[in-house]
Amino acid sequence: MSGVLAASMSVSEQTPYVIASYVVTLGGIGLYTWRMLARARKIAPQVREEDRPWT
Amino acid sequence: MTSAVSPTSIRRPTGTRFSRVLGVATLVGLVWLVVFGLFLSPNDATQQAGVRILYIHVPSAWLAYLAFGVTGVSSLGYLIKRTRSLTWDRIAGASAEVGVLFMGITLVSGSLWGRISWGIFWTWDSRLTTTAFLFVTYIGYLAVRNLGGTHQQRAKRSAVIALLAVLEVPLVHFSVTWWRPLHQNESVAEGELSGLMLFSLFVGLLAFTLLYVWLVLHRQRVLAMEDALDDQGLDAALAERRAEGAQV
Amino acid sequence: MSTWRIARLIAFKDLRIELRSRVVTNQVLPFAALVMVMFAFALDNDDVLTRVAPGLVWLATLFSLLVLVQRAFAVENADGALDALQVAGVRPSGIFLGKALALAAQLAVLEVVLLLMAVVLYQAEVAASGAVLLIITFVAATTGLAFVGTLYGGLAAGAKGRETLLPLLMLPVVAPVLIGATRATEAAFGTNGATSSEGWPWIGLLTLFAALFGVVGTFAFGSLIDE
Repeated sequence: MSGVLAASMSVSEQTPYVIASYVVTLGGIGLYTWRMLARARKIAPQVREEDRPWT
Repeated sequence: MTSAVSPTSIRRPTGTRFSRVLGVATLVGLVWLVVFGLFLSPNDATQQAGVRILYIHVPSAWLAYLAFGVTGVSSLGYLIKRTRSLTWDRIAGASAEVGVLFMGITLVSGSLWGRISWGIFWTWDSRLTTTAFLFVTYIGYLAVRNLGGTHQQRAKRSAVIALLAVLEVPLVHFSVTWWRPLHQNESVAEGELSGLMLFSLFVGLLAFTLLYVWLVLHRQRVLAMEDALDDQGLDAALAERRAEGAQV
Repeated sequence: MSTWRIARLIAFKDLRIELRSRVVTNQVLPFAALVMVMFAFALDNDDVLTRVAPGLVWLATLFSLLVLVQRAFAVENADGALDALQVAGVRPSGIFLGKALALAAQLAVLEVVLLLMAVVLYQAEVAASGAVLLIITFVAATTGLAFVGTLYGGLAAGAKGRETLLPLLMLPVVAPVLIGATRATEAAFGTNGATSSEGWPWIGLLTLFAALFGVVGTFAFGSLIDE
């Protein structure tokens, strides 16, 4: 059964794919987080204190 | 319009002590994931380096499903009169966004893993197909959230759409499963992890769970600020209009 | 006024509008026919066409469904009729059932035409033993599609910029119908050696789908058309 899974690629050929998945993952997370925090920083000065009950 | 706010809370306007601690823990978790996933854990006997992708792929899939579950529950929370509050609506929206993010990560990492293990980026088996459908469905949900109208209209509309999505997904899953049964080998692949590999998987799960909570926490606070801004704008416009009337 | 009476009135109103304007017969049916022809251009192989004929019929149905739904709600928006109905206190569940009924009737006509075209253009063959299965497939699938179309149409109708939302929302939801109806139709046609008996489980799925969305739609429609 594991024969079907036997890597048709050598480890060195696999490495780019592995790295790519980590880069895409962390990059995607980073991008989303950055844009969210940037938006927060941009609009916060305009929002009244009482509308930010977590502070 | 400008309120006296301290400089720190402007630099990190959605932060609280709890969220800062959570943020640090998340960061540590992600670093551990990279360290264990890419370096400290060994290659698998059969999959070799490919197993390292699973430390991302499997946790992100779980978190995506969790996120959509939270969207469904929060939508219910909004629709039930006794618990109705726009906070539920904003949590639903934030969780759906983060869910789409994790789902995207799942699909990309999964297809890269498939390329390594089976030589193909995609196959029409039931799990992948249902996942793709879930992804598109929640993109549609996010589009519905941006249709405009009052916050309450948005909340009610999207809550209904979210619950319809919860209804639809099992239907899609069943029909796709009857159509293309699950790849036998998939389940074997994920059952064979042990030792450091299993540990890395759990690190991934922990890191992503912390990340999910941190992201949703902040995102729904940003949404609260956006809503407050909308309301302020409306109040200002009303005040202007009344002022015009008073001059007569 | 009972919900059923409202539903009948609205259904007859919609069908009467169609009879007078003939938009479906003059525009949507030709579109559906055109889609069937374009499939032949794209899948340039007679054997393939015959084999995939069931799938093509249902695909063409789904694309036409999008247009039909847009039309069904465009007639309401023209003079703000939907809002007026709501303000007048007409129960949304009645509106939902009525519009679904009218939509189902139009869909049925469309599907018969598409089926005939498949027989003619793609040399699809309907075995006599599969006739019953075929009819029930069409009834079950049409009902489900009509319910889903009316439900999401209610949301996507209205303000500008929403029409593009309808395909994105609806097509994932009707995927089970596409899968189930195609498989059942293949069983009825005897395509790829499928026997009639293989089609019945799919009928189960189609019926479940129609029942679920019928019930849910009746209750949820009101919140989706609220402006």
